[in-house]
Amino acid sequence: MKIFQPKNLQYLLIAVFAFFFLESCKPKGAQSAAGGDASKAYVAPGKYDEFYNFVSGGFSGQMSVYGLPSGRLLRVIPVFSTDPEKGWGFSEETKPMLNTSHGFVPWDDAHHPEMSQTNGEVDGRWVFINGNNTPRIARIDLKTFRTAEILEIPNSAGNHSSAFVTQNTEYVVAGTRFSIPLDNMNGDVPIDSYKQNFKGTVSFIKVDSTDGNMKIAFQIRTPGVNFDLSHAGKGNSHGWFFFSCYNSEQANTLLEVNASQRDKDFIMAVNWKKAEEYLKAGKGTKQSVRYAHNKYSDINHSATSTIETEVTVLDAKELAEMVYLIPCPKSPHGCDVDPTGEYIVGSGKLAALMPVYSFTKLQKAIADKAFDGDYEGIPVIKYEAALHGEVQKPGLGPLHTEFDGNGNAYTSMFVSSEIVKWNVKSLQVLDRVPTYYSIGHLCVPGGDSRKPFGKYVIAYNKITKDRYLPTGPELTQSAQLYDISGDKMKLILDFPTIGEPHYAQAAPAELINKNSVKFFKIEESQHPYVAKGEGQANIIREGNKVHIKMTSIRSHFNPDNIEGIKVGDEVYFHVTNLEQDWDVPHGFSIKGANNAELLIMPGETQTLKWLPEKAGMFPFYCTDFCSALHQEMQGYIRVSPSGSSVPLSFGTGRKPTPSAAKEP
Amino acid sequence: MNKHLSIPSRILVAFASGALIAVFLLPAWRIDLFAPQYPEGLSMYIWINKLSGDIDIINGLNHYIGMKHISMEMFPEFKYMSYVVLFFMLLGMTAAITGKRKILLAYIIATIIGGLLVLYDLYRWGYDYGHNLDSKAAIQVPGLSYQPPVIGHKRLLNFDAYSFPDAAGWIVIGAGSLCIIVWLVEWYINRKNKTK
Repeated sequence: MKIFQPKNLQYLLIAVFAFFFLESCKPKGAQSAAGGDASKAYVAPGKYDEFYNFVSGGFSGQMSVYGLPSGRLLRVIPVFSTDPEKGWGFSEETKPMLNTSHGFVPWDDAHHPEMSQTNGEVDGRWVFINGNNTPRIARIDLKTFRTAEILEIPNSAGNHSSAFVTQNTEYVVAGTRFSIPLDNMNGDVPIDSYKQNFKGTVSFIKVDSTDGNMKIAFQIRTPGVNFDLSHAGKGNSHGWFFFSCYNSEQANTLLEVNASQRDKDFIMAVNWKKAEEYLKAGKGTKQSVRYAHNKYSDINHSATSTIETEVTVLDAKELAEMVYLIPCPKSPHGCDVDPTGEYIVGSGKLAALMPVYSFTKLQKAIADKAFDGDYEGIPVIKYEAALHGEVQKPGLGPLHTEFDGNGNAYTSMFVSSEIVKWNVKSLQVLDRVPTYYSIGHLCVPGGDSRKPFGKYVIAYNKITKDRYLPTGPELTQSAQLYDISGDKMKLILDFPTIGEPHYAQAAPAELINKNSVKFFKIEESQHPYVAKGEGQANIIREGNKVHIKMTSIRSHFNPDNIEGIKVGDEVYFHVTNLEQDWDVPHGFSIKGANNAELLIMPGETQTLKWLPEKAGMFPFYCTDFCSALHQEMQGYIRVSPSGSSVPLSFGTGRKPTPSAAKEP
Repeated sequence: MNKHLSIPSRILVAFASGALIAVFLLPAWRIDLFAPQYPEGLSMYIWINKLSGDIDIINGLNHYIGMKHISMEMFPEFKYMSYVVLFFMLLGMTAAITGKRKILLAYIIATIIGGLLVLYDLYRWGYDYGHNLDSKAAIQVPGLSYQPPVIGHKRLLNFDAYSFPDAAGWIVIGAGSLCIIVWLVEWYINRKNKTK
């Protein structure tokens, strides 16, 4: 058979052309576009990063801390979810932190961290973060990098538009993603009675300026819609808060269609200074509700959970000049205020443009009563009257916007998977850069404050597909770091994240690291079962409750031999770490315990509850490699049958001797 | 031969002996320890009447090799050293006020002897700590002792130990040196006068 017939050659040529044609038609792949400039993300071993990056863990319920620009994971702070590694939600001291009006809830979905601010600038004291599913707000103390407080939000479901703060951290806010019959109403109603029975609320939570303690100051009752995101006014617009809302259609089923019908939903503008006046004038209604308020003390090394029973509600419909609605195209998501406080960016996630509102024009529209009717009794401002202008064709699926302090905005585009840089005043698109893939939130250090540090923008991506080695069906989510110091955004680093990253905050390290606690001073401990020295180690039996005051120091426990425990006892190991040096935690674990370990920081006391279920010998040991003799740091507990006459005795380095404390 | 010191010399001697008051305000000696795990270092400061610094942490580490627990009660020196310094200050002042060269000479000799005794005392304690180890210690290296250097640097297992005078120590050395220089200058001038 002859291959090189003229006819065959023709086909071959067509095939070759087709091949090249197809090749050139393929989109320019990730590889070619994402060259990266690794040297800019390089932080030499042993050197500190320039920024801390606090990244929400999404459905992990936690918050992670990264260093930037290296992308090194520094710590995962347990917030709303239990963490057996750290004993969070397992030790007696931390269990109350996860208490709610529904009882102990071991998980949540944490979306939006927000750092405390002073004069609109990040001050490095606390990070607030929302619990979405069982509505809560947590406050993380940046001295210890631990969750110090969790406040449940009543009259709420799906606390999504949270936890954003006002410019002096006067308030942190919460809002309802799900409108529901409020807590004092009968919830046992037909679901399709949404329009009559379902209401929304936004909550203003007062933050104590010295200790950060949270207290719900008031809630504003609104029509039943879905609140999505929010941001505080600042500078001139200080005193106002802006919430995006969708489902103004008030659909209760198949929202993806039914809540996408109207051409415009709203940005809700709340004059909270006005609300304060109404509150002071006694215009609020006290409502009987139940919500948990949990606080952790670094003196007692323990948490307390209190059920609060009252909240004051202000009705947006009845109290004039407090709440206004600004039309915003197609189901707005992000609601972001520029560093000057003048411009408010709404991101209609289904819209082909982005409206930018002017606070000055909004004030004028209110003064001129430039209204377009009302929505359930709340005035709707004329769209054009509040509008500074529209960013035309920014990209597809605009979600969130951060700012660089030079008059530029950076908006994430979920559908077209890119970051778009544009000028806030001129509304001109300046640059665009792809993300891999499907960016959700983004973050510029200080990028939602009055003083951004516009050196980087970080993209938080929902999909990674081919970016990393595959790990079965479930792949990591990711962050991508872009250098924005020049005119063009440049990708310099990819790094995987924990859980699903939503919003994140970043701040210069020097604002935070100088305040970091190295250990707890043992002489200051007021834990009820602290042993401030080996001489205070003891065992106290109260009926079937046995309290073991145990000490740990390199490299032994005291006591490490315990006898006289019986089946049916409720044993509490109160383990005090006697070390007074940096980075010397001790762990504690016991065979067969239906519980986690303890990880005890120097100067701290933590308690593990153990219910021995059968007679036998139970070893325990230190789980944190503490010293050269860590592997020797162990002990035994003898468990005897119930009713046994083995006396309670204990010791270290000697034969166990009877307990010093008298058995009652 | 003029047996009296010149006025400037007496002022300098008075200043030098007055400067000894520093030992009541500042540590006299310091021992610094560095290890891979302690890049920031651990420091022990020795005052004339107390110890300060990372004593508890050092004790915690020393227990592995069976070193005795360092505690202030163990050192009788802390009880009487203040009086010794006061005596030296008085002696120096006496030399300055009377202006007698012999008293200054006595003061200088006493200072040198005192300094040597302090160094010997440091050595003696270091020897005691470094050699008299608990026979049940977890880490036992046959033939190895852990005596810190009296002055200078020494490697002790994973630690680099440095022992040097601290602020007050340097002031004492400076004051002593000043007195010696004064005495030498006086001696030199006198000799010249004598040969004339």
